Amino acid sequence: MRVAVCIKQVPNTTEVKIDPKTKTLVREGVESIINPYDMYAIEEAIRLKEKYGCQTYVITMGPSQAESALREAISMGIDSAVLVSDRAFAGSDTWATSLILAKTLEYLGGFDLVICGKQASDGDTAQVGPGIAAHLKLPSATYVSHLKEVELSENKKIIVNRLLEDGVETLEVKLPAIITVVKEINEPRTPSLKGKMRAKSAEIQVVTNKQLQLPDTDVGLSGSPTSVVEIFTPPHKVGGKIFHGEPEIVVDQLLNEIKDLL
Amino acid sequence: MSQTNMNETNMSGIKVIKDKCTGCEICTGVCPAAAISMIDNTAQIDPDRCTLCMSCVSACPSEAIEVVRQTIVKDDLSSYSGVWVFAECEENKLSSITFELLGKARKLAEDLNTHCAAVLLGYNVKNLADSLIKRGADIVYLVDHPALLHYTSETYANTISDLVKRFKPEIFLAGATTLGRSLVSRIAVSVRTGLTADCTGLDIDKDKKILVQTRPAFGGNIMARIVCTSYRPQMSTVRHKVMPEAAIDENHQGKIVEVDFDEKFIDSRVKFLDFIKEQISTVNLSEANIIVSGGRGLKSAENFKIIEELAEALGAAVGSSRACVDAGWIPYSHQVGQTGRTVNPKIYIACGISGQIQHLVGMQSSKTIIAINSDPDAPIFKVADYGIVGDLFTVIPLLTKKIKQLRNK
Repeated sequence: MRVAVCIKQVPNTTEVKIDPKTKTLVREGVESIINPYDMYAIEEAIRLKEKYGCQTYVITMGPSQAESALREAISMGIDSAVLVSDRAFAGSDTWATSLILAKTLEYLGGFDLVICGKQASDGDTAQVGPGIAAHLKLPSATYVSHLKEVELSENKKIIVNRLLEDGVETLEVKLPAIITVVKEINEPRTPSLKGKMRAKSAEIQVVTNKQLQLPDTDVGLSGSPTSVVEIFTPPHKVGGKIFHGEPEIVVDQLLNEIKDLL
Repeated sequence: MSQTNMNETNMSGIKVIKDKCTGCEICTGVCPAAAISMIDNTAQIDPDRCTLCMSCVSACPSEAIEVVRQTIVKDDLSSYSGVWVFAECEENKLSSITFELLGKARKLAEDLNTHCAAVLLGYNVKNLADSLIKRGADIVYLVDHPALLHYTSETYANTISDLVKRFKPEIFLAGATTLGRSLVSRIAVSVRTGLTADCTGLDIDKDKKILVQTRPAFGGNIMARIVCTSYRPQMSTVRHKVMPEAAIDENHQGKIVEVDFDEKFIDSRVKFLDFIKEQISTVNLSEANIIVSGGRGLKSAENFKIIEELAEALGAAVGSSRACVDAGWIPYSHQVGQTGRTVNPKIYIACGISGQIQHLVGMQSSKTIIAINSDPDAPIFKVADYGIVGDLFTVIPLLTKKIKQLRNK
């Protein structure tokens, strides 16, 4: 069985700050990390490898600096890493990104199972996982919290639990398929020393548009149906009313302000 | 190729207009890819690092960074009309997000001088069409079939993609719920159009007659405005509890268009097995209008009682910061924040929560934030609309008592 994990390198959201003067997001010097939700996807792939002897791949699309994310995945135990990188891909929205990743998965020979994190912590769209599935015309299960059964004999299939707003759904999905996973699925491991050594020297396969041969009209800025026209910092709350003093008095002051809202 | 030339070749579609650049270095700070450096007091963008994320374009105070984008219009856009919403239902009952979508769709349809429609899929759901009409739908496209009894993304997406191709709406909205996001991601790909996730604002640009979609990114630290100029429909998922529900208008008239279900749309590779509703005594956090959350300041599991009592008096749900979950004071399902739930109730009351960024990203879009904390310098007060600096164990029981009195009047 071949398992691929699609990951994204993101700025560590908890470190970003707003420049009070320019009101812009300061990302200089902010550490780049693997999207936190993708860590669960990587861990799940490694568990499948340990249990069933799968071949595991990690794939990311991004500029050359995204290589460090791939090495981290290898250090955890993934076998092979692929960087999908081309200037033509810059500016791709979720439609174009999911197309590029779908074509890469095909180019690499196809997979029985593709695992993604439920969403990326910078864009928060949750669209790329199911988007890849739609491009490949494969079934998908989103928000997977438990891989209950993996059937690898004749009729390859999985049974998964999906964590929804108000409960847990169980689905049976034929392979090949794509799943996106949530935090509840596992506890990602920390890389071993041996893993780290292996990651250092591991070869990273680079896939560009020379291999994928996608037309300009389907990738990058011109292939993306959506475009960002403006990015701005939300107006911050100024002058919240903060009450100090005798509990009896401050509680009354608060209630006086909010009683119409209750 | 020298670095100066790289910008002029404009391969990545982005360039710095040298005459306008003042060398203020704001762009170098906002670039998440560290792709901008200053050479001779002018910004230089390294196209091998640049991901064209647009952060610098918006941040530049001198409009010195420009993005060139080819627009391809393959389709006759004027043949698309109408604003559609996906009617999400659960156990033969329409979800509140559907009414929120209809409220917005009505307004957008008026601005575009077009109709508003709802798409209703399920089995034995015809009885719901009427309430969609009373909430403002001019047309209800109804597909009723046993194969649609349980939602699966593939069969639903195949069916709706076909409706979109046949009836050509110009705008399509769905809830940014687990169901909505999984569904429309597939539809957008198969009809080849743009989709914007988790919108908190939707408006019509009246000159261009296009939909301007506003959404938070980076956990709400920044907002982006996104358009889809050359493809139709313009699709968005909309955040729950941000837009007001459409009012009921008993006199509003609409028609029901029953569309036969085509069995070729059934995807037999996915089989629904079962659904177990979560048995929780408290209100679902993402549905709650009021949330009372406790933090480390409570000091022990037993003290969560004062939070529960306040929540009960208000008819509110109980939330918590990560610290309390890690300490085992309350189950994970109550956790609000980056690694827990993102919530946006009408009122969020943070009790003994200092307000670490990881917590703030999960609740800062709440309409009214009230903070109660003994530390006047706690960061939670910076995002609070109202606050009380004081001892939790005196203030909260007093607040509970007075709210009960208020409610009994």
